[in-house]
Amino acid sequence: MSKDITSILFAGIGGQGIIRASDMLTEAAFRLGFDVKKSELHGMSQRGGSVSSDVRFGKCVLSPMIPNGEADYLVAVSGDQIEVSRPFLNDNTVIVRPSDLSEEDAKSRMANIVMLGFLNRYLKFPQDLWENLIRENFSGPLAEANIEAFRRGCGL
Amino acid sequence: MADSTQILSGDAAVALAAKTCGVTLGVGYPGTPSTEILETLASIGGNAEWAPNEKVALEVASGVSLGNGRALVTMKHVGLNVAADPLFTLTYMGVNGGLVIVSADDPGMASSQNEQDNRNYAKFAQMPMLEPADSQEAYDLTVKAFEISESFHVPVLLRMTTRVCHSMGIVKSGALQAFTPAPYVADAKSKVMIPANARRAHVRLVHVMQDLAKWNDANALHTVFNPASEKAELGVITSGICVMHTREAAPSLPVLQLKMTWPLPMDAIRKFADSCKRVIVVEEGSRFLEENLKAAGIPVEGKEEVFEYGELSVGRVKKLLAHDSSPMEAGAPGRPPALCPGCPHRKTFELLHELNLIVMGDIGCYTLGVLPPFQAMDASECMGASIGLGLGLRRSLGDTPEARRVVSVIGDSTFLHSGLTGIVDLVYNKPATGHVVLLLDNGTTAMTGLQEHAATGFRLDRSPVKPIDLEAVCKSMGVDNVDVIDPVADHDEYSALLQKRLASDDSTVIIVRRPCLMQMKKLAKMARASEVK
Repeated sequence: MSKDITSILFAGIGGQGIIRASDMLTEAAFRLGFDVKKSELHGMSQRGGSVSSDVRFGKCVLSPMIPNGEADYLVAVSGDQIEVSRPFLNDNTVIVRPSDLSEEDAKSRMANIVMLGFLNRYLKFPQDLWENLIRENFSGPLAEANIEAFRRGCGL
Repeated sequence: MADSTQILSGDAAVALAAKTCGVTLGVGYPGTPSTEILETLASIGGNAEWAPNEKVALEVASGVSLGNGRALVTMKHVGLNVAADPLFTLTYMGVNGGLVIVSADDPGMASSQNEQDNRNYAKFAQMPMLEPADSQEAYDLTVKAFEISESFHVPVLLRMTTRVCHSMGIVKSGALQAFTPAPYVADAKSKVMIPANARRAHVRLVHVMQDLAKWNDANALHTVFNPASEKAELGVITSGICVMHTREAAPSLPVLQLKMTWPLPMDAIRKFADSCKRVIVVEEGSRFLEENLKAAGIPVEGKEEVFEYGELSVGRVKKLLAHDSSPMEAGAPGRPPALCPGCPHRKTFELLHELNLIVMGDIGCYTLGVLPPFQAMDASECMGASIGLGLGLRRSLGDTPEARRVVSVIGDSTFLHSGLTGIVDLVYNKPATGHVVLLLDNGTTAMTGLQEHAATGFRLDRSPVKPIDLEAVCKSMGVDNVDVIDPVADHDEYSALLQKRLASDDSTVIIVRRPCLMQMKKLAKMARASEVK
């Protein structure tokens, strides 16, 4: 059953926009007609601790949590969270890591959005869907900056 | 609002369902993972308010119901302990308008001080309980809970867990119901719980629960996945989020999902058990289902001890089904949370550490004062406990220099929740060495995500209100010294003042006032947003 499901693990630390990025991916998958679930822990994680969020989409998603060894993608906005996420990875897991980005992007507050763009090189969701979602999530000049960030992630 | 489909968290789905049912009032106290329910309800145009604590919230909800209105009460699991007093008599009184209590349990303690299993409250207080497995069920079962509450005149417990509250999924919602409360009719015989009335009410309640058990069997608030055509080797009985983990862990096993887990549909369960050679119960936390099924003579297998701790997952359910107690592979430890850089509480905990004091802590961001670099907390129990703990510890230590090192530390929201009665005791039963309470007033309920409270000057919907004056409250109760200090601007005076008060035999409350940085950022953002409009 889980072969029909794509599982993406986002990992970082409080304040890096992990929840925002995973929310946007969840909404994108929903608009494309997939069944989708997302799970994360709020609360203590706001205060600079580790934050992770599981997004799973496909024909029929049951558990909202990615089982051990079943993450197809890890989006590690903070590199030190890769080892924390190790139990969820397998030999084929694609890891999007800060070193995939330019130094400036990896340090920027928009690293989460750049990484979403990088992830989309694999997911190949329509570009206009993402740009619409970014406009819904950010206002004014911030929206345009984030669209640029997303495009850089895509390699456009 | 017509039928629609959207992505929602379990919490938001409950709020939407309450709105759909025309709920008269949503009331609760913030607590992870329940907080977003009332925030969402307010944001979609429902009436929602923060009560000072869960006891008051349930009492207000009881009043709404008494007036034939519909009420939603929300809290985290430990909040139901605070609300337990009205709860155990509310079930005797019964309800008029529908009353649904959300208990958001936290198996695994993502953000809690214990992992108590509140399913046990349904049995103890005698009320029906529904357990959603995902956001869609959170919506559907909230609507169902209001129906059951009004049909049987009982409060209904909607028992959620962190992974249901905070997971998102697709929710199809229905059209708004028109609801107007019927006129109030007095009924003292069933609502005034003097013994003569309560004895009758107790019998009524037991009979209602018997009727509900039959109703649960007849109305199929349960689902069998992969029903066995001939006798299956193994079947699973489960509820809540564990349904999803189990169906994924064992896709071909017969699974009985119970949605109403108290009172249990014993006929349906017996029928399912008869269709399998072996039946295992999959449940997080306590052995609620296992014990009650065994008590009813249904032969089920339970779990190994290790599964009483923490939350379950697909991997852990596989192990549970195999009676395998071995631990799951663990990753490197994550970064622990910490007080934000620039957090005003930092100054207090640096000082407490420097002075090497004995610190009775409380529930809030400042509980993080126990972690390095501060390591300045000796005990933390529950909301409001810091004051009682401090008073009691001073009693134990007697008139010694050590007793003079004891301080209680409590936040502003926690103080209004259940610290006020501690101050009464501070004045009434002042220890020989006096006592010092540090009231850390950062102007918000920070830990749960910056909620308003009675001293912030705003209600849940941000409408302004006259704030409770914390200094005036403490002074009027008769505290010997009520000081106000800014821990950053008056840092040097802070240390001198604290030492002076500790050396005296007085009762002292030092209000350590400086706004939460996150709250300042939120307010600045809101100000910018309103300028744009």
